[in-house]
Amino acid sequence: MTPVNWLSARRSGWGRYPTGAFRIWAASSPDAASAALKAPGARPVLLRGRGRAYGDAALADHLVETAQWDHLLDFDERTGVLVCEAGVSLDDILRIFVPRGWFLSVTPGTRYVSVGGAIAADVHGKNHHQVGSFSEHLLWMDMLLGNGSVHRVSPSEHEELFRATCGGMGLTGGILRAGIRLMRIGSSQIEQTRVIAPSLHELMRAFEAHADAPYSVAWIDCSARGAALGRGVLMLGRHTELGPLRAPQAAQRSMPTDAPSWLLNRWSLVGFNAIYFAAGRLVSRKQRVDLGRFFYPLDGISDWNRLYGGAGFTQYQCVIPRPRAESVLRLMLDRIAASGRGSFLAVLKLLGPANANPLSFPMQGFTLALDFKISEGLWALLDELDGMVLEAGGRLYLAKDARMSEAMFKQSYPRWTEFQAVRARWGAVGVFRSRLAERLGLE
Amino acid sequence: MNTQTSSQGVLIIGATSAIAQACARIWAARGARLVLVGRDLARLEAQAADLRVRGASQVAVMLLDASEWTRHEMVVGEAVQELGQFDIALIAHGSLPDQAACATDAALAMQEMQINGLSTAALMGVIANRLQAQGHGTLAVISSVAGDRGRQSNYVYGSAKALVSAYAQGLRNRLNAHGVSVLTVKPGFVDTPMTGHLPKGLLWAQPERVAADIDRAIARRADVIYTPWFWRWIMLIIRGVPERVFKRLKL
Repeated sequence: MTPVNWLSARRSGWGRYPTGAFRIWAASSPDAASAALKAPGARPVLLRGRGRAYGDAALADHLVETAQWDHLLDFDERTGVLVCEAGVSLDDILRIFVPRGWFLSVTPGTRYVSVGGAIAADVHGKNHHQVGSFSEHLLWMDMLLGNGSVHRVSPSEHEELFRATCGGMGLTGGILRAGIRLMRIGSSQIEQTRVIAPSLHELMRAFEAHADAPYSVAWIDCSARGAALGRGVLMLGRHTELGPLRAPQAAQRSMPTDAPSWLLNRWSLVGFNAIYFAAGRLVSRKQRVDLGRFFYPLDGISDWNRLYGGAGFTQYQCVIPRPRAESVLRLMLDRIAASGRGSFLAVLKLLGPANANPLSFPMQGFTLALDFKISEGLWALLDELDGMVLEAGGRLYLAKDARMSEAMFKQSYPRWTEFQAVRARWGAVGVFRSRLAERLGLE
Repeated sequence: MNTQTSSQGVLIIGATSAIAQACARIWAARGARLVLVGRDLARLEAQAADLRVRGASQVAVMLLDASEWTRHEMVVGEAVQELGQFDIALIAHGSLPDQAACATDAALAMQEMQINGLSTAALMGVIANRLQAQGHGTLAVISSVAGDRGRQSNYVYGSAKALVSAYAQGLRNRLNAHGVSVLTVKPGFVDTPMTGHLPKGLLWAQPERVAADIDRAIARRADVIYTPWFWRWIMLIIRGVPERVFKRLKL
């Protein structure tokens, strides 16, 4: 049997908060992973992919790291079905398949996540309003269960386990291998259209008016107040039929060190957002851009998470159901602008209907995402925002979260009891558990 | 892509090692035919599937524990039969010995010498004869900067790699007249599973970087490469320190 060599090392999520020393094992293959469950005292345990969840979702006493599970196992040119190990990154897939005319059916805003992580967080992309989230293009996965056995799980085999695992943050078992469906593209270029909206109302109307665009996302200037509150730039995109087929470029720039903490203050943020907004005004409405630039603008700068300084940051991503979205978002943006803590990046997106998974984040409505540098008084502000989200019937994205309370989680994800029952039935309780699970009362 | 490179025949010993895998992916993307030799059948088969998806025109796997030197001739023979002509042979198997444990356990020290030095030399000899017979091709072997000078922190590994470097040098001299290249690859610190337990700093390189250097070196028929390049200058300095000074250093 494979020897399990636990080593102590520091780990954190992408937000670099929280951070700590954990016992790590880099398992050599998916088949070797079950040895971790048999190792004496190695509980609780969790599989960790590329560490791109922002908070404590991929932190646990024992972490089995999957970076070496990077093999593509089969590809069917007829159907576009790719079989791969769970540690394969979306970047690996793009580098091989974009030149052959295939693209991910759903991609989040970074391509440096693993397939296993994308399933566990049931990630969504700029096309959620039309095609749903990652798990809706997942055919099956091989899972390591709490008793050490491996099972194939799909919408037709052990459906409840499949549903709970998609969006289940690794808490139902280990994802070892998966079959996902890629989509055909004619070129690697995107025809991008920018729509400048002078207010939140205009921006939200623009989303609905352009719901036929395959891809849509907006950048919000979260320092603007008064009549300009929520002004932003809506970016629409569609694949072009003719053009080159080029994989996204590797990062050209990087953040060599942590930014000094004074860099991000109220005035530098106002300036940055104003400049970005002005730039949006100047660029022609329509242009062709490479898909790397359209889908992964931040992947062009490696280690951009150091921008927020050594104390780290957290991303606050909520979804607000459609009927009350405008008034609630207005309230939230106003509160954030008043606090002067807003971020470089505020992103707004119209989501499509929720799927059947008990813990998947998306639901019909608008999702807002902002980065906050960790600093004195931040938690009180975010608790206040939580209250607004909860009252509107919304929820927070677990892949980004590092701080919400158990009460907030259990009220906003009422199907958590169902999720726990599935975990219990499949032997995951007491075996697979993360810091996030402990914080949210998912024992 | 010309027909010459698209039908490249490649034999890799220690194929599941991180550097070998990164090399294999470069060659597979060009449509190479590969034979992967290693110890773990399940991992070799996953790797073979991966290389096929990435564009390899043909991939076979063979089991060998490199320390079983009596099987070398047979396994290499089978690989050659599979490939017909082969253009590249890469020997990449190895381990990173625990120097402190080796200092008190002679059997362990000799076992590490066997894995990192003797078995590599034996395989080089067997492959060299095949290359000489066909009259073309490149034998690339992973040595190490550690073989350039013995240091207290890893002289078991270092002396085994010194053996590999000197052996390769001799073969290069012998095979030159037969149109065969011998490439000695001297990586510095590489971020691989073998070094997973060590803290990483500025001098560390990714295996993909090392693999790209190896691929270029084979194409230009280089003799010895340091990878990444800056190790040539670091080792020039390290080799230049007089022994009476060097012996006092904590290296």
